Amino acid sequence: MITLYVPRDTTAVSLGADDVAISLARAAEAKGIDLHIVRNGSRGLFWLEPLVEVETDQGRIAYGPVMPEDVPALLDAGILEGAAGHRLHLGLTEEIPYLKNQQRLTFARAGITDPVSIDDYRAHGGFKGLEVALAKTRQQIVDEVKTSGLRGRGGAAFPAGIKWQTVLDANPRSDDNESANSRYSGQKFIVCNADEGDSGTFADRLVMEADPYMLIEGMAIAGLAVGAETGYIYLRSEYPLAQVILNDAIARAEAAGYLGDNILSSGKAFHLEVRLGAGAYICGEETSLLDSLEGKRGQVRVKPPLPALKGAFGQPTVVNNVLTLAAVPSIMAEGGRAYADYGMGRSRGTLPFQLTGNLERGGVVELAFGITLRELLYDYGGGSASGRPIRAVQVGGPLGAYMPESQWDTPLDYEAFADIGAVVGHGGIVAFDDTVDMLEQARFAMEFCAVESCGKCTPCRIGSTRGVEVIDRIRLNENRDANLTLLNDLCDTLEYGSLCAMGGMTPNPVRSALHYFPDDFARTTASPTTEER
Amino acid sequence: MLQATPSDTLSRVKAIVADLKHKPGALLPILHEVRDTLGYVPENAVPLIAEGLQITRAEVHGVISFYHDFNTQPIGNHRLQICRAEACQARGSRELEHYARERLGIDYHQTTRDGEFTLEPVYCLGNCATGPSVRIGNHIHGRVSAERFDAILDKALTVPIDLEPLTEGDA
Repeated sequence: MITLYVPRDTTAVSLGADDVAISLARAAEAKGIDLHIVRNGSRGLFWLEPLVEVETDQGRIAYGPVMPEDVPALLDAGILEGAAGHRLHLGLTEEIPYLKNQQRLTFARAGITDPVSIDDYRAHGGFKGLEVALAKTRQQIVDEVKTSGLRGRGGAAFPAGIKWQTVLDANPRSDDNESANSRYSGQKFIVCNADEGDSGTFADRLVMEADPYMLIEGMAIAGLAVGAETGYIYLRSEYPLAQVILNDAIARAEAAGYLGDNILSSGKAFHLEVRLGAGAYICGEETSLLDSLEGKRGQVRVKPPLPALKGAFGQPTVVNNVLTLAAVPSIMAEGGRAYADYGMGRSRGTLPFQLTGNLERGGVVELAFGITLRELLYDYGGGSASGRPIRAVQVGGPLGAYMPESQWDTPLDYEAFADIGAVVGHGGIVAFDDTVDMLEQARFAMEFCAVESCGKCTPCRIGSTRGVEVIDRIRLNENRDANLTLLNDLCDTLEYGSLCAMGGMTPNPVRSALHYFPDDFARTTASPTTEER
Repeated sequence: MLQATPSDTLSRVKAIVADLKHKPGALLPILHEVRDTLGYVPENAVPLIAEGLQITRAEVHGVISFYHDFNTQPIGNHRLQICRAEACQARGSRELEHYARERLGIDYHQTTRDGEFTLEPVYCLGNCATGPSVRIGNHIHGRVSAERFDAILDKALTVPIDLEPLTEGDA
């Protein structure tokens, strides 16, 4: 029997992977070939999707990007034997430099396994961390996470071990809980923030679609660590395939005893449920997410109290990003020290950078902190897809700064980026070529804030709408100097007067566009306003 | 999406509320289920949901109006979303938006005259390495050029696509 791998992943499927799988199956049937097609996760080399692999004695050999219409020619060229000769033949998958040069911890299994196969997960080191954790005390688990230096991967980079310690030490029956429903008294919760709304990011999605048990295992370990028996994965509704795969994986994990009332016969319980968001970017902010999870409008809460002390349903809650929780199984299995050996300064471990936008070779590149943006854009990304010069790069999502070429040699770590007023955030990197209009990008940042603001605080709710109007006036040359001053004032108000990062950081893209790309805001003579005419 | 008579609609909403109201934070799961079953969250569902959860109608209304997903009017046979976020902008989504509006003869949040397509913006489908991206139903398409956009419309009109919501059982 011959085994072929055709990814079942949003990006691969968006480019025709389902049709490729069907074409291959039909062609094999017509020729009477005994073919086993595994729908694996993606390797994250999205520029090569749909990436078809065939199992051979030498290892897995890759072909890509494969379109359904390529299937007959590929079969004729000997894809089932891993033969070279076809233009889509890429050789051994593991030897593709883009993949080979990475330091994969989080994505070590991505694309290799069948995402929903527990046997596959176990055969590749899965559930070892959970077994180790079951033999430890709560404090020992938390100490191991502290040793690893793991910091929240959602963007804020808060040390995970310290957050867990706070929840472990919190008394779930604290007196200020009268307002909470008594049905939750005595409980703590683990909440996974899978509301990956930043444009230019898909690392969370790739974990959930390619290696869902790693997240499930990480959440179960978090539950053991702090004494929580219930976990929720708050998933954005824009990820329909991740939802299907996660629900399938959870059901299988329950059936196999990795979740439920008695995890691996330890007498300890952990239950997990996927909860769907409803198309609100702000729910990626942890307190909005908690309100949404409770069935309310996803509005930002004033902190304190910290969610660690008073989180979901008024109870002590660990809220961590997908990547943070997904890092936990290997920390537990290999030890916190091994994880801390990667990285630089206070940024330990690896970060999956996501190369997106106008790049020739987009995908996930997992590396230790410290690589520069230029290396990522050119050595991995291969420069722009359009062939034109790259002009601006937005790092860290829609609230991140637009960086000009002069900043591309800054090493990517949380502190070095903070020093130049930029953010690493969730590791999303969006490249724009020289056709970009930075005034238009600044306007969009304000418009996005206006659409997605939760409305709780005035600077964000009103300031963003005024921001769009002011930028429109600048474009039309109406009182331009006064309006540029006004735009700066407005940015100050947003930055200092907003409750959360939505309003507080919207000035990042606006100000960086203004500061580094002033030509795009310069007086235009092409479209004079009515007054000037 | 099935056509339902008014009394049918109400009995379905009641069944959904009864089925899900025991869940912690049940309102969003209920609203999702109502929308997936009926295609929208009708106004007359609000009192039923409020009563089932023992909260005020204002609270239910407040939640419905907060989230982009919960449309309160019926939409076309196909919900068609174009990603407007930065990574897709870098690959020409502004041109695609323009083309889509011309081609369909509608703006965002409108439905084509034949009742087939409702056009909506979406802010990121997580398909950022291969934009511009479009979602129709639960299918996401990458590198959508004008030609591919036309092909997506044609396919939606000629092949009956699965409009059932993706749930655990579908995997």
